[in-house]
Order: sequence, then C-alpha cells, then structure tokens
Amino acid sequence: MYDYGFFSYSSKEDMLERSRAFWNPNKTDFWQESGIDLVIDRREGYLFWDMDGRRLIDIHLNGGTYNLGHRNPELIATLEQAMQRFDIGNHHFPALARTALAEALVATCAPNMRRVIYGSGGGEAIDIAIKTARHTRGCRKIVSIAKAYHGHTGLAVGTGDDRFSKLFLADRPDEFVQVPFNDLEAMEEALRGRDVAAVIMETIPATYGFPLPEPGYLRAVKDLCERYDALYIADEVQTGLMRTGEMWGIAKAGVEPDILVIGKGITGGLYPIACVVVSEECSGWLKEDGFGHISTGGGAELGCVVALKVIEICGRPEVRSMVHYISDRFQSGLRAIQDLYPDWLVGIRQDGVVIGLEFDHPTGAKLVMKHLYANGVWAIFSTLDPRVLQYKPGILLGPELVDEILDRTEVAVAAAYAEVFRTPSRRLVTA
Amino acid sequence: MSVAELARHEPPGVPRARMMLQRAHWAATAFARYDNERVWRIVEAVAERAYADAEEFGEWAVRETGMGVAEHKRVKNELCSKGIVEAYRGQDFAGPRIDASRKLLELPHPAGVVFALAPSTNPVSTINFKILLSLMTRNAIVVSPHPLARECCVEAARRLAAAAVRAGAPDGAVQVVEEPTIPLIESLMADETTDVILATGGTAVVRAAYRSGNPAIGVGPGNVPALVDATADLAAAARKLIDSKAFDNSILCTNESVAIVEESVAAVFAKELQKAGGHVLDETEVEQVRERLFPAGRIRLDLLGKDASALAAAAELRVPQGTRVLVAPFALAVPEEPLAREKLFPLLGLVTVPDVQRGIQTAQAVLRIGGAGHSAVIHSRNPRAIMAYGVAVPVLRVAVNVGGSTGSAGFDTALAPSMTIGTGFYGRSSVAENLEPAHLVQWTRVAYASDRSVPFDEFEGIDPWSALPDARAAVTRASANGDATDPRDADLVREEIRRIVVEELRELVGR
Ligand SMILES: Cc1ncc(COP(=O)(O)O)c(C=O)c1O
Repeated sequence: MYDYGFFSYSSKEDMLERSRAFWNPNKTDFWQESGIDLVIDRREGYLFWDMDGRRLIDIHLNGGTYNLGHRNPELIATLEQAMQRFDIGNHHFPALARTALAEALVATCAPNMRRVIYGSGGGEAIDIAIKTARHTRGCRKIVSIAKAYHGHTGLAVGTGDDRFSKLFLADRPDEFVQVPFNDLEAMEEALRGRDVAAVIMETIPATYGFPLPEPGYLRAVKDLCERYDALYIADEVQTGLMRTGEMWGIAKAGVEPDILVIGKGITGGLYPIACVVVSEECSGWLKEDGFGHISTGGGAELGCVVALKVIEICGRPEVRSMVHYISDRFQSGLRAIQDLYPDWLVGIRQDGVVIGLEFDHPTGAKLVMKHLYANGVWAIFSTLDPRVLQYKPGILLGPELVDEILDRTEVAVAAAYAEVFRTPSRRLVTA
Repeated sequence: MSVAELARHEPPGVPRARMMLQRAHWAATAFARYDNERVWRIVEAVAERAYADAEEFGEWAVRETGMGVAEHKRVKNELCSKGIVEAYRGQDFAGPRIDASRKLLELPHPAGVVFALAPSTNPVSTINFKILLSLMTRNAIVVSPHPLARECCVEAARRLAAAAVRAGAPDGAVQVVEEPTIPLIESLMADETTDVILATGGTAVVRAAYRSGNPAIGVGPGNVPALVDATADLAAAARKLIDSKAFDNSILCTNESVAIVEESVAAVFAKELQKAGGHVLDETEVEQVRERLFPAGRIRLDLLGKDASALAAAAELRVPQGTRVLVAPFALAVPEEPLAREKLFPLLGLVTVPDVQRGIQTAQAVLRIGGAGHSAVIHSRNPRAIMAYGVAVPVLRVAVNVGGSTGSAGFDTALAPSMTIGTGFYGRSSVAENLEPAHLVQWTRVAYASDRSVPFDEFEGIDPWSALPDARAAVTRASANGDATDPRDADLVREEIRRIVVEELRELVGR
C-alpha cells in the first residue's frame, strides 16, 4: 500500500494503470518502453526517490526548474511566509509583489529593458512575447530556429517542430518561418523582406541538444534584426538564472534583446509563473491597452515572492563562484570519460552547467539515459536530436555529488557503449 | 524536523552564510592540490597586505571598539602578519614527508573549511592570524568577526581575500560573514560543511563551538598570576609587568591579572612598580576601585580596554601624571574578590605572600577562579622555584622573566607566535599549545611492514597530485573561461588517444 495521505495506490503497477486510464496512456507507456519506470515520490535538493524507494540524482531538473534544487529550503520558507499574507492576487490591479518583482527583474537585465509582463508558464510567456513583437512591429512573421523549442501554447507551438503543431492543426508556415541554427545566410534571407516582427532564439537550443552558437553568431543575428527592422526575442527559459555562469546567457553573447523570456527556474518549481521583460519600444500596448493580455494566474503574487528570492539567491557572489567550480569539474570529468570512449561520446557541448553529450548513434542518448537511470541518475535525451543527452546539473552542487554523478555517468556511458557495439565495456575490461 | 521547518526557523542570513561554507568547500578542494611554492606566494602576498594596513586597522579597531591602544594594535597586527610569516617561512605543510628509516610516507591533508571566530579584543590581529594559518595549510576559511568589531574586521578580511586571490588562491578561499549574529554563528558552527571551528572569544562561544558536533579548537579565558620571588631582578620585573599590563590597555588574555610578591621584597617591589608607571593604591582607594569599577561585584564592561587615567576617573581617584597601571593590593584570592578575576583593563591585583610555596598556592587560587590551562608568569632567578611553579600551577605555558602579554603569545619567547592560546584539558579545550599551522593539517601515514626484509620505496621527487594523471583535477580558471591553450593541440591529443583506444579495443574484440 502506498498511502500518501492525499491519495493512495496499492502498488506501482496500480499507479501506472491508473495513470494510463485517467491521465496520459501514450506518455505513460513511452517511459515504460524506454526502460524508465519512474514515478517520482519524495524530492529534496538534487535528489528524488522513485515510489519504489530508489534514489536518483536529478540532472534533468525539468530544464532548469530545479536549478536551486528540489524543494529548496529557502524557497519553501519564502513561500510559506508569503502565504501568511498573499495569495495569487488580482491580475487586474496594480499589485505589490508583481511590481516588486518587475523592478528586480529589470535591474538584472540590459539597460534597454523597462517592463515586465507576466504569464503562468513558459509557453504563455512566449505567446506574450510574440504578441508584443507583432503589436510593436505591426506584422505577423516570426522567424525561429529549426528544431527550436519554445513551448506548446497557441503561438509558441508554431515556432517549433511541426510534429507538435500539425497534431493540432496549428501549423501556420506562412507566419512562422524556420531557419537552421548557426546559419547566418539563411537568417538574412528570412529577414531580407523586412516583414518579420521578430526572431526568437533560445540562447542555446535545449531540446535540440544544446548545440552551441558559433562565436559571434547571436550578435550577428541581432545585427541582422536591426538591419531588417525585426525584434530579437531571447528565450532564456533554460539558459537563464546563472546556468551559464551569468544571470542571463544572452548577456554573455553581448546581445541586448528587445524581449527576454523567463520561466521554469524563476520560481524553483514551487509556484510557477513566467515573465517577459520588454524594452520601452516594446511597451506600446501596455500604454495603449493594458488589458491586451489577460491571465488570471499570470504573475501570481505567491510566485512573484518566490521569484524575488530566486533572483536574490542567483545574484549572490557565492553562487557565481560555485557555478564556475561545478562547470570546471564537469568539464574535466566529462573529458576524461570522452578520452575513454572517443568513438562513442563524440561531442561535449558545454556552457557553464548547460551541457549536451553527443553520442555516435542515432538514438545514443536514449540508451545512455536508460543506463544512467539504471545507475541512479535521471537525465533526459533531446527530443529533437536523440543523439544528444541533455546533462543539466544544478548550480548549488557540492564536489561530492558532482563526483558521484561523474562516476555514475562513466559506468552508464560504458554500459551503453557495450550495448551498441556488443563488446565488453572498457571499464569492465580494464577493471 | 523537516527541511522546510528547519528553514522556517533559521535566523536571517543563515542560508546565505551556509552558501559561503559551500563555496569555501569548493575552494578547499582546489586548494588541497597546491604545492608549497604556490602556497607561500599567496601567504607572502597576504602578509604583505596585512602588514601594510597594520596601522590603519590598529586605529580603526580602537575607534570602532573603544578598546585598546592604536599603536599597540598596530604592533599586534604587524606581529600577526610579517611576524607570523617569518616564524613559519620555509616550512612545508603541503608536500609529502618521507621517513626512510621508519619506512613511513606522510601526506598532508588540510582540514578543508575553517570557520573562524575573532574576538572584539584582538579583532584584526586575530583575523590576520587565522587567515594566514589557514592559507599556509591550504585551507579555505570563513571568518566571523565579533559584532562589536564588525566593520574593521570585514574590511580587513575583504582586503586579505582579494590579495589572496590576486596571488593565485582559489576563488572563495577567504570569506567573511558580514552580518554576524549569535544564532547565525551557531548555525555555521554546526553546519556539516564546516570542517573545523577556530573559536576565540568568550566562554559561551567556545562552549558552543564544542557543543556544535563539529571538530573545534576553542580556547578558554585567561586569568594570569605573576609570581615575583625574592631572587627576581625587581626593577626589571616591575618594568616588564607594567609594560605588559599597559600593553593595548590589557585587552589581551595573556596579560597579568594578579602579581604575587614575596613579602621580603614587597616594599622594594612596590617602589619599582611605582617607578615603572604603576600607581599602588591605598586601602580606601582599593575600596573605591572595588565599588566603582566592579559595581555589585561585576566588572564594568564599558571600561574594558580603557587606559589607567580613564579607570582612575571612573573610580574618582587622583593618580600621578603618567600612571599607566593601577595596582590594587588585596589579601586573599577567592571567588568573591573581584580583584582576583580576569581584568581586561590596566588594573593589576597585588598579593603579598610569606614565601614561594604560598605564592604557588595563591597562583593556584587565582586559577581556580578562572583561566585554568591558560598562562602564568614568573619573575625569578631560582630554577627550583621556576620548576615548582611550572608543575604546580594549572596552566600550559609559563612566561619566565618576560611580560605575559607578548611572552605567552610567543612573540618574544620560543612559544608559537599566536593569537589563540590553547587551554588544554585544564581549560576544556582540545589543544594545549598556542594555535599554529600544524593544527590545521593532518597527515595520512603510509606505513610499510617493519619486517627488515621488506624494502621501502623511493618517493623522492614524486608530486602527490600528479603522481598519476588525474582525470578530474580541476582545470584552471583560465581554461574554463576561454581556453588558454590552443584547442587544436587538444584536438590532436584527443585524436591520438582515440586512435590508441580504438586499436586496443580492436585487439580485445579480436581475441
Ligand atoms: C527554451 C524553452 N522555452 C519555453 C518553454 C516552455 O515552457 P513551459 O513548459 O513552462 O510552457 C520551454 C519548456 O521546456 C523551454 O525549454
């Protein structure tokens, strides 16, 4: 009997059965078929436990949602304290926490940034960004990167892979143009007509396996935007909040975006909201018709209070220092694994703790994911490039847990290698 | 209690301060691999900085705490910068020790994260001292100043931290708690990331350090008896006593509390004290001092570290111009006698005894009241008296014919120069010596069979951390923030490794 107080299941099988019956049969089965029979139970820091009691280290973090760890005690304390006074507030009125967070967020951004618009999740925030760009520029076209991922809401889904838009008859190829990543010519071609409202870019495309922008690429895209009167929307949902060693990854590229989208980690996985920071130029509709975008849960004030704390934590010098140590350790540790399996782990893409591991097999990352799972680590493959494993450690890790992750990774990489090449793993041979 | 409940009950500032410990932990992992040459480059640079700022912080500390003498604090800051470095220069707490005769190889391991408290009495000198000791031994340190000396300590620690990093120390090797509070300090002492606590301060804080559950080096308070026997050079003894008692207005734990003089020389000694700047009080004056400086038997905290004229004014006494120390004779060292307790201002108790043996008993009585395990002083030319005093008086250091202030602190004796005086088992502490670098590093002993037929190995010239290639050794910051080496070289190397590994694999599979 698994009695959680609020609900109970007689067994894991019972749970999975009811998940199929009442929630999502295909998604439930997908994981069972992938060898990941995970049902997350207890969670704490960078660890969680499956309902069968197995301990796992989380280096998926829901794309950075748990950047500061699951149930971060400081954030829990903040939320609990906030609940003594606040709830989500009323989205129509000037609001205490929303305003305070907006001011704090603007202070973390490039000097051109002015105001914040709130949504309840990343997708909605992307929709807001697109709507804002269209209003500002007075045209519809949005250019995105092929294999980019910006969420699955109404407009966001149009910017992504058509697997998800066609499913719901939501593909609008005339409005949403896609160009390959790191291809400036294609970008210029798409913008040349001066009929593009905005280019939307993840600073490092996560779901595509974190291919790194070539040096100068993002800057050059911004220059093209300026030349052809398009706005630049930076999707910092996964690359923000110190994950690249800076508060916003885009700042490292030397780009001042017109619109910056924040989600996931901003509320530490406790009380979700998402934020869109916009320049003065993009603030037009906020002055013209402030009711233009309405979202009851958008910028819920409880979430805003948590977000303020997240910003404060991420801004600490201690955190900046630790991100460097952590990424250094992963860099050298992963290279050492690569040196053992150079023909298998063929690429390491890394910017801070944003890491993609590329394996020389069409679905190599799914295999490694499975073996990592068997070895106590949860990391997810890249949906849009299953050769690449998304490897996203937290920014508050200590050296012991980093070493443990690397140990487990080496064994998993070896096991996946052995499975693919049908040879004993080097690790087992040499051991 | 759940994590959430813990957090809810955590005093403000604690989570942030815990993060400092985590950062220090990362720094310590990097620091542990430094060789002695790199270590000393950092130590020298930091000492240089501390020395250069000695005067500024001497003045600042007096201004902020209202205690002590700026000029003397400068001296202490200098002793605790260049002085400390000179005392240990040439020593190696980072390299292996090889003892071929015993077939022992010893490898040093720093504590890791040192959490250090600094008192308000010797604020910046203690900060300098503990930071330098930590750096010499490759430890990361988080210092927590006394709230009364917060500003000068925070600034001093910040400067030393910057100097350390500039000289190549790992980022975060030196940090300072900027808003120390008692609950915050208690949380950090108990934090599992703290590897050792260096507690200097009041009894309460030292006891809390030992209660924390973490290893701690805490030292108790002093209450220093100084025996002057009939064989002593009385003029010199008086001068040294007065100098020591006047030094920094007595705001150190090693200064003399009660002078104990043999009756046969008491009168001469009193004159010598007077000559040296002491003012020996008469009976009514002593009564006035008891009443005014120890109302209800308690020492007036507002007078700690104030000079003799301030004490005289507070006691409504007229004293001669140039008086540096008030000397208060009393008869019996018992707990209810305030003059027999530790006095962190230039008021010296004076007891007259018939002979050395009674003098030793009086010293024991003084130490029963407080200061067990700390220090004592003797002025004598009789080795038998010195030996008898040394064994009978419950302290772990006795300064002979020198002032206690600097003598017991090791600045003009062979004791380790130190701001932290181990009070040992007598004083409920884990260390008996003056705190020194060796206390912050432990050694793995690699031992061979004693059997003569088993040979020892040759370890000379092998660097521990590069003895074998280490996969996870932190790459340098330079390479993390933009590769300093040509990436093409790395590619070539990787290509080569790749080729070798593939060949090896082929062989294995072919077999
Ligand atoms: C880069 C990026 N943008 C936007 C989103 C959408 O966020 P949400 O799932 O909160 O709608 C995601 C989610 O994975 C994302 O990774």
